[in-house]
Amino acid sequence: MPSFLKKLKIADYVIAAILVAFFGYVALTVEGKLNYEWRWELIPNYILRYREDQDVWFANLLLQGLFNTIRISIYASVLALILGTILGIARTAENLTVRMLARTYLELLRNIPPVVIVFIFFFFLSQQLIDWLNLDRWARGIARSDNVHIWEFFFGEMRRFPSLIAGVIVLALFESAFVGEIVRAGIQSIPQGQREAARSIGMSRLQEMRYIVLPQAMKKVVPPMANQFITLIKDSSIISLISVQELTYKTVELVASTRLIFEAWLTTAAFYFVICFTLSMLFRRLERQR
Amino acid sequence: MPGEIIIQADHIDKFFGTFKALDDVSLTVRQGERVVVCGPSGSGKSTLIRCFNGLENHDAGRLTVEGVELHEGSPKIRELRQNVGMVFQQFNLFPHLTVLENLTIGPMKVRKLSRRAAEETARKYLDRVHIPEQADKKPGQLSGGQQQRVAIARSLCMEPRVMLFDEPTSALDPEMIGEVLDVMVELAQSGMTMVVVTHEMGFARKVADTMVFMEQGRIVETSPPETFFTNPESARARLFLDQILEH
Ligand SMILES: Nc1ncnc2c1ncn2[C@@H]1O[C@H](COP(=O)(O)OP(=O)(O)OP(=O)(O)O)[C@@H](O)[C@H]1O
Ligand SMILES: [Mg+2]
Repeated sequence: MPSFLKKLKIADYVIAAILVAFFGYVALTVEGKLNYEWRWELIPNYILRYREDQDVWFANLLLQGLFNTIRISIYASVLALILGTILGIARTAENLTVRMLARTYLELLRNIPPVVIVFIFFFFLSQQLIDWLNLDRWARGIARSDNVHIWEFFFGEMRRFPSLIAGVIVLALFESAFVGEIVRAGIQSIPQGQREAARSIGMSRLQEMRYIVLPQAMKKVVPPMANQFITLIKDSSIISLISVQELTYKTVELVASTRLIFEAWLTTAAFYFVICFTLSMLFRRLERQR
Repeated sequence: MPGEIIIQADHIDKFFGTFKALDDVSLTVRQGERVVVCGPSGSGKSTLIRCFNGLENHDAGRLTVEGVELHEGSPKIRELRQNVGMVFQQFNLFPHLTVLENLTIGPMKVRKLSRRAAEETARKYLDRVHIPEQADKKPGQLSGGQQQRVAIARSLCMEPRVMLFDEPTSALDPEMIGEVLDVMVELAQSGMTMVVVTHEMGFARKVADTMVFMEQGRIVETSPPETFFTNPESARARLFLDQILEH
């Protein structure tokens, strides 16, 4: 008998039994009362599909969405890290106006629902930026060019490039506030003596920040930053609201066209879970090794 | 005392909120002079020498260091700090850099020296503080005494004209105090202008040209060590000396 089984008490068995009963009941209700017909066998096709005419496997809706979610998460984290670092520095600035601006940004993001923020950022900022840069035309040009494959590896379908960028910008702006808080905490955790020593050898504020405070602060904030990255992956589902073709959006599409409500959403949930849980385990292990 | 004036404080006051940390303090430090500042805890010793390199700003009076008048937001403060070294009680070495990098970062980033020139200077001063072999370690791997000597070397690498010490041995285990004081004595013998806050009266006797005794933000007594140790003018200084010389 494995050792963990020996540790189980009566209460554990009771709880386990209740859980089994509950989920059994839910499954039966779905199938019986709602008259739902489970069609799990269709799901694999919407992940990977084999095209006989071209003799290739290609990523279907769900996997495309997953890839886009990964791309968006990576780019948005990089951008959020840059913006957040600036914000974090601004939060600890000597200048009152700079400090107040950064604080206002944070409080706005904290006290407005994420969905509302996403729409506001989308219409007021990223949409303007994309129009202004004329990204639409540029991306359509790329889509017709020869090395489109390389571009697609990094950005997915090129015709959707502006939308992807919009998603990245919105997500990064949203997360930057929280990254900024982490950076601020890191900066403030560096003892005052470090700054005084830097100043005593004649460093400017900028040099003091760049060579002394930030390198130490950034090392300290790796663990909370890793957690924030996982949070960002989960939060990325919210940009499905602005039609960015990531995993959640693709699932909505799939459900709308196939009615595979439970199967599709459970599969998507599993995708998110596996990615986030794996990363969280990985970060925990790396953290222990440090 | 001959020599040009390096630090000139005229009637300076310093407030923290409503608390008066410096009260009408006047002091002159000349080239090559060694000033030792002592006094009970909270008497304003740190505040005073922190004013000398602009880590604190005085609120009234005039303070001139190296001919530069200091006040809040002095534009010349950075230039001045390169000529005024500061050694802290807690060392304040940069833990993410090696010993050598601690010594070269100032000369390279502030004085814009080449890495080679900066490292050459750094090794010279590591020799001077007797730890040439620790150059590639991180500060955390050194003993307290070694760390404080690195901190002294870090200041010296900027080739300052005056060195400020704020209780440089107070955070050290007793057996390490000697090695740091030895380095400071050698520095004094080399002719460096020094302002040292310390309770190490043996050191003071050995190197001080001027003893300064502070209490409650005021300079109560300024006298040569011969007078100060044998026959202090103020009753407070006498009491203080009795207390710290007892043990
Ligand atoms: N940043 C500050 N804010 C408020 N009060 C301060 C500050 N720095 C110092 N003080 C106060 O000013 C007084 C003088 O402090 P200072 O550190 O100069 O004393 P000190 O003589 O160096 O004492 P010690 O021997 O304990 O180092 C103390 O009462 C201290 O509490
Ligand atoms: Mg002090």
